Amino acid sequence: MYELLQQLLGDSLLVYVIGAALPLLFILPYALITVLLEMKVSAHMQDRVAYMYTGWHGVLQPVADIVKLLQKEDTIPGVADKTLFRLAPYLVFMGSYAGFAAIPFSSAYIGSDIDLGVFYIVAITSLAVIGILMAGWASNNKWSLFGAMRSAAQIVSYEIPTALSILVAVMITGSLNLQDVAHFQDGGFWNWVVFGGPLPLTQKLLLLPFTLVSFFILFIAGIAEVNRTPFDLPEAESELVQGYNTEYSGMKFAIFYLAEYANVFLVSAIVVSLYLGGWTSPFGEFMSGPIWGFFWFVTKGMFFVFMQIWIRWTLPRLRVDQLMYTSWKVLTPFLFVCIFAVGFILVW
Amino acid sequence: MIETRTLPTRYVTHPGEIKTSSGKTLRTDEMIINMGPQHPSTHGVLRLEVVLDGEIVVDVIPHIGYLHRCFEKHAEHMTNYQQVIPYCDRMDYLASMNNDWGYALAIERLMKIEVPPRVEYIRVIMAELQRIASHLIAIGTYGIDMGAFTPFLWCFRDRERILDLFEMTCGARLLYNYIWVGGLSHDLPTGFVEKAKAFCAYFKPNIKELNDVLSYNEIFVKRTANVGVLPADVAINYACSGPMLRASGVNFDLRRDDPYGVYDKFEWEVVVGKGEMGTVGDCWDRYMVRVREMEQSVRIIEQALAQLPEGNVQAAIPKRIRPDAGEIYVRTESPRGELGFYVVSDGSGTPYRIKARSPAFVNLSVLPEISRGCMLADLVAIVGSIDIVLGEVDR
Amino acid sequence: MTTEEIVQLLQSRCGNAIVEAKLEVPQPFVVVDSRRMREVAFVLRDEEALQFDYCSCVSGVDYNDGRLGAIYHLYSTIHRHKIVLKAFCTKENPHIQSVTAVWGGANWHEREAYDLLGIIFDAHPDLRRILLPYDWEGYPLRKDYKVPEFYNGMKVPY
Repeated sequence: MYELLQQLLGDSLLVYVIGAALPLLFILPYALITVLLEMKVSAHMQDRVAYMYTGWHGVLQPVADIVKLLQKEDTIPGVADKTLFRLAPYLVFMGSYAGFAAIPFSSAYIGSDIDLGVFYIVAITSLAVIGILMAGWASNNKWSLFGAMRSAAQIVSYEIPTALSILVAVMITGSLNLQDVAHFQDGGFWNWVVFGGPLPLTQKLLLLPFTLVSFFILFIAGIAEVNRTPFDLPEAESELVQGYNTEYSGMKFAIFYLAEYANVFLVSAIVVSLYLGGWTSPFGEFMSGPIWGFFWFVTKGMFFVFMQIWIRWTLPRLRVDQLMYTSWKVLTPFLFVCIFAVGFILVW
Repeated sequence: MIETRTLPTRYVTHPGEIKTSSGKTLRTDEMIINMGPQHPSTHGVLRLEVVLDGEIVVDVIPHIGYLHRCFEKHAEHMTNYQQVIPYCDRMDYLASMNNDWGYALAIERLMKIEVPPRVEYIRVIMAELQRIASHLIAIGTYGIDMGAFTPFLWCFRDRERILDLFEMTCGARLLYNYIWVGGLSHDLPTGFVEKAKAFCAYFKPNIKELNDVLSYNEIFVKRTANVGVLPADVAINYACSGPMLRASGVNFDLRRDDPYGVYDKFEWEVVVGKGEMGTVGDCWDRYMVRVREMEQSVRIIEQALAQLPEGNVQAAIPKRIRPDAGEIYVRTESPRGELGFYVVSDGSGTPYRIKARSPAFVNLSVLPEISRGCMLADLVAIVGSIDIVLGEVDR
Repeated sequence: MTTEEIVQLLQSRCGNAIVEAKLEVPQPFVVVDSRRMREVAFVLRDEEALQFDYCSCVSGVDYNDGRLGAIYHLYSTIHRHKIVLKAFCTKENPHIQSVTAVWGGANWHEREAYDLLGIIFDAHPDLRRILLPYDWEGYPLRKDYKVPEFYNGMKVPY
């Protein structure tokens, strides 16, 4: 992609700016569609129809929402720390947006083809914690501070299971570069890491239970990292009003939401890239190629986005101690077993 | 002399100071936050002054009165006993029928009026429908408190059916003014009985559906079992009533134990908390008692509809109600518990003094006792399980 | 137990703390010395044969003859009998002993009676206004109550 741009525009700064902005072309329409999807899915789960008036079956409602949020007065509490207050939403969004740089959308496009891709994503998405803490502190509101503190504790705790379950996949694929991971799994759904990868059959069968477990744990920990139900304690509406974004309005609030939806896809993208073959076609050579690769990647990603929405509107919320219990006493020990077993099987 | 005992707490707080691993002492402070009057889970305009040590609740001080509309003062200034009924509607706006009945019953007992049998049956049907509607809100909003949004709208969907029945009967969906002293404002409309029967048939499977998605949900049980345990002796000492008292294992229901209406003619059971998921009297029990009471209410409605006699819907009472000088305290079982009306008459056409003993008011007063030493999220669970309606707490 | 037996037992236990007993009205009541309310309450709750453990309601009444009254509706969840207690005080000296230590349920009812009628319940742990704002003046349910012209600069009757 960069080579193409460089051929067209020469070696200038513009190339990098355009290159950096490319994921936005995906995220912005994706966010609009997901907002609509979330509303429609939740509505049909609840015996409602959701919006019906803006366009056909209300499909233009997210656009109308954006226009409304743009017009809204941007209030900042008088006693807030104004610099941090303004900075926080952008930092939160930056954390998740930077993660997209190492995500392979197709065999022909990856923002930055670095060898430490997964490591980079895990590291850079942690930046969002600082943004959230900043938002909670700067709001000068006790509820916001509560939300921010909970969020920091939660994200830091769930980094461990996330990293460990990523490790399981990395041990099998032998690479931290997501593009290589995807190439490794090419050739049909039976080659996906969740089914043991393209290894000999006996090894695959032995690996299967452990890869399945770590796949589910990665998904669960991912949901917790993006603060969605049942792990939405930082913004638990019925407890903390809205948590760290209580005091935000207008465009800043919209950016928090954009970051949340970007994160939702990022989690799905990591799960898909590591365990479900990334952009590879599930049917081997059939329907494969760069364009189809993008299609498959987005389809798989959106399936997990849908799963997250489904879970969100079904389950109640955990309590703080139960959340920590789940992370430290359930998910992490399971993953230690998985790592040990996978390592043993691979070496043996 | 025995004072009320202090309940054991779930979590231990360390106000003052904590020791770090390096041996230093850190001074810590309690945080006082205001939960409400505008807070999503205080169910109205309740304000809780919460003293927190981290996430752990050290003390709770409820402040009420934000919705005080001077019911008792208004009642003294009416020109007629019947005029008080619309004000009763507005007390517990989720269970107006039960409030109307409570007041009407007090005046009828004061004047020794016998109401026709058809009136008694219709009153039972209305009160039980209203009980289901009220419990549906309690259960649904409790789901929201726990973070489960979907059951809330399922409950509202079913409640709409009940409100449709009420609208069909008296034209109003929330504040009915239907049960009057000496009878009803008018008879049931044609087709009501069939529609009510259809509702009962429609509603029964929905309770099972609700249980599947919420009541026995692992996370929900974890959040509510063993939380906010109210032992039976404390519940009685604090005069808790209704589902709150029954969940603590006290088999007491005014419909059976201080009979009024025609409840003795039907087969139904008093639902008592058994502590299936944890301790008797925890939040899950309080929640589940409401779910099971809805099943019993459906049973009562079905029987009442089958036995509904023909007849007059207004007893022969004087146009202007003028009870003899005297006083009476009448209590009925509203969805939230013991709804009492203490009426003092001086022989004139206006009430001399009416005191409404609202169940949620008394139930709420036990909140500080049962929520000390729980977590902030548990406090939300406890407030939700008490099922307060601030219109009734503040009157 | 019938009401007569309850009253007899009470009179034998509390002596002259029981001022009067009226049995011929639909809901019989016992008038108690307002300064010895708590003592009577403990007997009512703890006596084996009485066990009035449930205080349904406490209502304040202004009788418009210089007297204020607190009416207690009691019930026993064990023996399933009822009794009504009454305690009177004057408007000039509106003191009645609190029974909150006996029945926790009386706590908020007594606060309400204090709030709306100005009856001061002695030894109440937390006697504050409950329904009205903390800086409200006067007791609205007294029959001689005049609605104030202004509250915090806001016009009240409108």
